[in-house]
Amino acid sequence: MHERFNDLLSIEPLQAAEIAFLLDQSVPFLEIQRHPLKKLATLRGKTVGLAFFESSTRTRISFTTAASRLGADVMQLQAESSSLKKGESLLDTVRTLDAMKPDCIVMRHASSGAPEFVASRLDIPVINAGDGAHEHPTQGLLDALTIRERLGRLEGWNVTIIGDILHSRVARSNIHLLTKFGCRITLCGPAMWLPRELENLAGERASIRRVANVEEALSGADIVMVLRVQQERLHEPALSLDDYILLYQLTPERLRLARPEALVLHPGPMIRGLEIDPVVADGSQSCVLEQVTNGLAVRMAILFELIGRGPDANPEKDSSHVAS
Amino acid sequence: MLLLKGGRLLDPASGTDAARDILLEDDRIAAIESPDTLNGRAAGAQVIDACGLMVAPGFIDLHCHLREPGGESSETIETGTLAAVRGGFTAVCPMPNTRPVNDNASVTRSILERAQAVAHTRVWPIGAASIGSRGEALAEIAAMQKAGAVAVSDDGKPVATSKLLRQVMDYCCALDLPVIDHCEDVSLAAGASMREGPSSVRLGLRGMPAAAESICVARDVQIAGLTGCRYHVAHLSTRASLELVRGAKRDGLRVSCEVTPHHFTMIDEEVGYDTNRKMNPPLGSREDLEALIAGLADGTVDAIATDHAPHERSTKEVEFDRAPFGITGFETAFSLALELVHSGKLKLLRVVELFTTGPARVLGMRRTLAPGEPADLTLFSTTHEWKYLVADSASKSRNSPFDGRSFRGAPMMTIVAGRLAYRR
Repeated sequence: MHERFNDLLSIEPLQAAEIAFLLDQSVPFLEIQRHPLKKLATLRGKTVGLAFFESSTRTRISFTTAASRLGADVMQLQAESSSLKKGESLLDTVRTLDAMKPDCIVMRHASSGAPEFVASRLDIPVINAGDGAHEHPTQGLLDALTIRERLGRLEGWNVTIIGDILHSRVARSNIHLLTKFGCRITLCGPAMWLPRELENLAGERASIRRVANVEEALSGADIVMVLRVQQERLHEPALSLDDYILLYQLTPERLRLARPEALVLHPGPMIRGLEIDPVVADGSQSCVLEQVTNGLAVRMAILFELIGRGPDANPEKDSSHVAS
Repeated sequence: MLLLKGGRLLDPASGTDAARDILLEDDRIAAIESPDTLNGRAAGAQVIDACGLMVAPGFIDLHCHLREPGGESSETIETGTLAAVRGGFTAVCPMPNTRPVNDNASVTRSILERAQAVAHTRVWPIGAASIGSRGEALAEIAAMQKAGAVAVSDDGKPVATSKLLRQVMDYCCALDLPVIDHCEDVSLAAGASMREGPSSVRLGLRGMPAAAESICVARDVQIAGLTGCRYHVAHLSTRASLELVRGAKRDGLRVSCEVTPHHFTMIDEEVGYDTNRKMNPPLGSREDLEALIAGLADGTVDAIATDHAPHERSTKEVEFDRAPFGITGFETAFSLALELVHSGKLKLLRVVELFTTGPARVLGMRRTLAPGEPADLTLFSTTHEWKYLVADSASKSRNSPFDGRSFRGAPMMTIVAGRLAYRR
């Protein structure tokens, strides 16, 4: 029934049914994380190429672990310490990696659109592990899995996202994903990170509003997503860290304005005492560690979908996200 | 001698739109007469059948980058002007941002000497306004003018400070030389790779607001008023900038502007991550596009200019935010303008004006078809169906967003100084 996936570049073009399918596929892999023996042979003989052109610990470990638990070999390109420093172009770098014949490439890059650029030039599937300020689709999926596991469904929630929305690929993937399931999105953060164009990010039918005041933004929320404050961004529109904490930090008092038992999600790495109060981070409403575990399941499911469905699974790949 | 027989003459300067035969002798127009009345005088002339074609004054491009000297891997004077002549242009104005910068008479002369040897069109260089276009001290403008520069500009960036711009304008006013400015508030535009708006937010790309252009236009117009200088806005791309030019003209200032074909054809929603749709100024909103077309129609815009900006393939085959700005434009400019005629938005004679008398007026020149005038003519069809294939481009570079686009109408013959320089 479902469309066959050729790449996973962004959430935006996916349909709700395709997302639901990927989440369904993730559930058995979530079970495996609870087993004493976690290693499968599903992708034995396959190779996953990791090309992280931007520093990352969590996402890289998550993909590496997901691949190895499926029995795949992992090829790591240490982009920061390699060819790029010597002036090699992105295209030459990934073509070199491709020539070592991985079955797919998982890439992270500081430039928005870089995975799409690579995918349109390589024949193997490309998985976007975060591109610039564009999208982070596996984060969107693991957040959705977390919500579904905790609340039983994905549809119809009030979701408040707090932080630097403009520069956040996590926010974009989540906004696209959750609005496809009828969630109402409230965005909150410093005004220069909250341009009005965000309200139209996901089409006319999506419910997205911007609220300047954090208390108002949290009122009635079923789910609160706290974004990491990228400290490097603070220097850009010179914003005071103290002001940020004063106005936007998720404190226990503020969280009480949300619905009782509202979920708190954070994509990590989390800076306690900055965007989130340690009491909230460690509280019963926090899903932070489940998100990490769910990330493994989602990434296993995606790797399986893209390269695990046999030799005829990816007969022809075009440059679109999903072939018909 | 060349006899152009059977064509329809379109001359915006005189408003002529009529069947005429034209006799060219050496590099001048010898006679223009009703059909079949020149045959005696034209005995022995080579006859060019212009039946079904429009005969216009030669097209002038006020804004291009030929990359020579210094950037010959992406374009040369020879390849660039070959692309230009295929686009119907008989004269092109290369911007001074070469390596070295055309900021002194010896560079100007070397460009003109090279053009003399290899160019397919006339080359009218634009000199830098400041030394190295660094925005610190005035370039040797008078010497460049004497060597053949037709205007000054620090194109690629604006004249850096209001104070320097005032000096440049005062100086150029005395020399009767137009000052062309690339209008951009560089602090607002820093790091941006497209127009700020719904698309930049969606794509996660840093955008520059439309105001980055109009703030600079506003500054420039006021300094033009202060000095009385002839001031020309390069590649104007926003509704607000156009309003400022409209107001300045109403106030009687000597202000003019040009618009590129890509800005009246495409909008920011079409950018995607296609580096061949990345240029500066960036593609604007639909509202901007409609305002520009209205400005082309009502006379606020003086010229269509290509901003032909070749870049070799490897420099454009990179991440979007790392790609250089600019696209090629000579070979598609006129056919894109004809699209506005086909859609009923512009009159044909007006389009011809935007490629001929309009840009000539900006440079303080006359452009008309009359005996004694230079034999620079462009013969074009409004019906010829063709498809632009960038692989067949005469340019050394391939960075056009119009690869594969089907067109109706094209330049068919280009005559430069009485010589048939191009025939489709």
